[in-house]
Amino acid sequence: MPQGDYIDLHRKRHGYRHDHFERKRKKEAREVHKQSAIAQKALGIKGKMFAKKRYAEKALMKKTLAMHEESSSRRKVDDEVHEGALPAYLLDRETTTRAKVLSNTIKQKRKEKAGKWEVPLPKVRPVAEDEMFRVIRSGKRKTKQWKRMVTKATFVGPSFTRKPPKYERFIRPTGLRFTKAHVTHPELKCTFNLEIIGVKKNPNGQMYTSLGVITKGTIIEVNVSELGLVTPAGKVVWGKYAQVTNNPENDGCINGVLLV
Amino acid sequence: MEGGGEDEMNKNVMCLLTDPDGTALGAPMYLPQNVGPLQLQQLVNKLLNNEEKLPYAFYISDHELVVELGSYLEKNKVSVEKVLRIVYQPQAVFRIRPVNRCSATISGHTEAVLSVVFSPDGRQLASGSGDTTVRLWDLNTQTPLHTCTGHKNWVLCIAWSPDCKHLVSGSKAGELQCWDPLTGKPSGNSLIGHKKWITGISWEPVHLKAPCRRFVSSSKDGDARIWDVSLRKCVMCLSGHTLAVTCVKWGGDGMIYTGSQDCTIKVWETSQGKLIRELKGHGHWVNSLALSTEYVLRTGAFDHTGKHYSSPEEMQEVAQQRYNKMKGNGPERLVSGSDDFTMILWEPAISKHPKARMTGHQQLVNHVYFSPDGQWVASASFDKSVKLWNGITGKFVAAFRGHVGPVYQISWSADSRLLLSGSKDSTLKVWDIRTQKLKQDLPGHADEVFAVDWSPDGEKVASGGRDRVLKLWM
Repeated sequence: MPQGDYIDLHRKRHGYRHDHFERKRKKEAREVHKQSAIAQKALGIKGKMFAKKRYAEKALMKKTLAMHEESSSRRKVDDEVHEGALPAYLLDRETTTRAKVLSNTIKQKRKEKAGKWEVPLPKVRPVAEDEMFRVIRSGKRKTKQWKRMVTKATFVGPSFTRKPPKYERFIRPTGLRFTKAHVTHPELKCTFNLEIIGVKKNPNGQMYTSLGVITKGTIIEVNVSELGLVTPAGKVVWGKYAQVTNNPENDGCINGVLLV
Repeated sequence: MEGGGEDEMNKNVMCLLTDPDGTALGAPMYLPQNVGPLQLQQLVNKLLNNEEKLPYAFYISDHELVVELGSYLEKNKVSVEKVLRIVYQPQAVFRIRPVNRCSATISGHTEAVLSVVFSPDGRQLASGSGDTTVRLWDLNTQTPLHTCTGHKNWVLCIAWSPDCKHLVSGSKAGELQCWDPLTGKPSGNSLIGHKKWITGISWEPVHLKAPCRRFVSSSKDGDARIWDVSLRKCVMCLSGHTLAVTCVKWGGDGMIYTGSQDCTIKVWETSQGKLIRELKGHGHWVNSLALSTEYVLRTGAFDHTGKHYSSPEEMQEVAQQRYNKMKGNGPERLVSGSDDFTMILWEPAISKHPKARMTGHQQLVNHVYFSPDGQWVASASFDKSVKLWNGITGKFVAAFRGHVGPVYQISWSADSRLLLSGSKDSTLKVWDIRTQKLKQDLPGHADEVFAVDWSPDGEKVASGGRDRVLKLWM
């Protein structure tokens, strides 16, 4: 017969020991101290596993206590004061439409601020810096590398004077400087050779705009006085924007579309 | 012999002067064609045997008569064969000056201002806000006077008792608190009973009982409760609505009208809290109710003279006189504005069927308000317009367009000549009823205007909104 069954058999025949229940109770009371001793002394992986199990028991006990405590007191559901107070007549109404309108106006304001407008080429392939500049080595031992030469077409303006060569960081070669652009009027469908007044915006970055680099997609301002355009007020228009539509460094000329 | 022809000058026209209810004043008489409103006024004063000369306005088939009879007849090609009915309407003796400038911007609230109400005598101003406080403001120095804290959530509604002794405010937490307006201290604990937020508060008229003790409050939980401030408890609970009660008004004849989101209006009697009538007719939520005698019930015994009374009995008597004068012979009229873009004119004492349906708005009607003399009804709607209707027949009179955002609340001046509207577009506009045009534009708020009120003495206008400041206009 298995060992535990002997114990059961004795119990069935003779009942429990006279001090059984007292001893059981006291042993269970000592268990707590024993567990605590084990928790403090156990080291290593054994300790960790024990601690994890003990923590899970602690969390569970806390939850049950909180649950029991909750039912004894009644509280209202939402007590906090929320932001965005509304009068009584607006309380049951959704305000999502308002938020939408607000976000729309914000978007519109952002667009205006950013100066985006409708252009024939809204997206252009971005040009990386190493493609745009070539590193020029300078110095007696040719170790200094802070100078850059622009490899794309540029516009410098009639009153341009180079900075002292010792100090200029960006070199714009004269071979790549252009003054005129072939601009097509989209409605008239004819092309004019117009002088460039300035570079308004280069989509690759404002640094390129300030340098005057012209790549595909750049907005330039051209002199349209020979077209003879007049504003509704009666004034003569002499400058208009155009967008560059080719790669000038490859073609040797700047082609663009007038923005009307 | 019939009346004279139009092509001859100085001919006579057969006219009959009638009052707004339709009863004729004297017999039909011949009047020369060059009489104008002034002469007609003298005539009416004489026929009515008025001691003082009261001002009157004259209407021929709902158009006001501003020029002399002859030119009016010619312009409108009114036939002179038939007797011409001229309706005279008494105007207020005093004339309110239109407000045109912001006299003060008082900050103090830390959250949006949700409701602004002047006391019935016009001396005090209270405002409730989303920062859970009720603030009392000093009108002479235009500075904050008292701050009443105690609510647990946004203060949605406030109401003054008609004798100016109590101020009650209801919050989003469903509790009501009664304050003493002179000290700003709460008079007792808060009154709990409602389970959801309070949508409206209305006091019992002072001519029914003085001093004022009872008021009724409506809540989103679907019932209205009658409270007694001296007993400090709820004496009756009027339940019956299946959805939120949006608006409650205590009528001058002792009945309580509640409008609810379940599209019905229920009429209750106040001794036992029983339902008398149910007014069905709307297709969507009832947003707002207006009674023809509302202004008189709100101001109680106080009027434009600013007289104060010492004893409650005296107040009750004076209030009763004012009420009787206002009501006249006709029954009390009720107008309800709803989300179904229409308003309905009811005469609840007579029948439970609508008397007139007022259609025309293109968006939901948010607020309806009878003019203080009961002749007009104005409605504010989310379609950016304010419409003016005849208060007796319910016919459309004029539309005021000018706002660029939904119009939230309106308020009348005490002489019924000017109408004020506050809107989501942060402006207030004053409209002239006689010319039916915009009188004054009052910009200045930085954000939506949630509450407007015109003081009963006509001196000041107060407005509050999302920008957390209270603006006083003079």
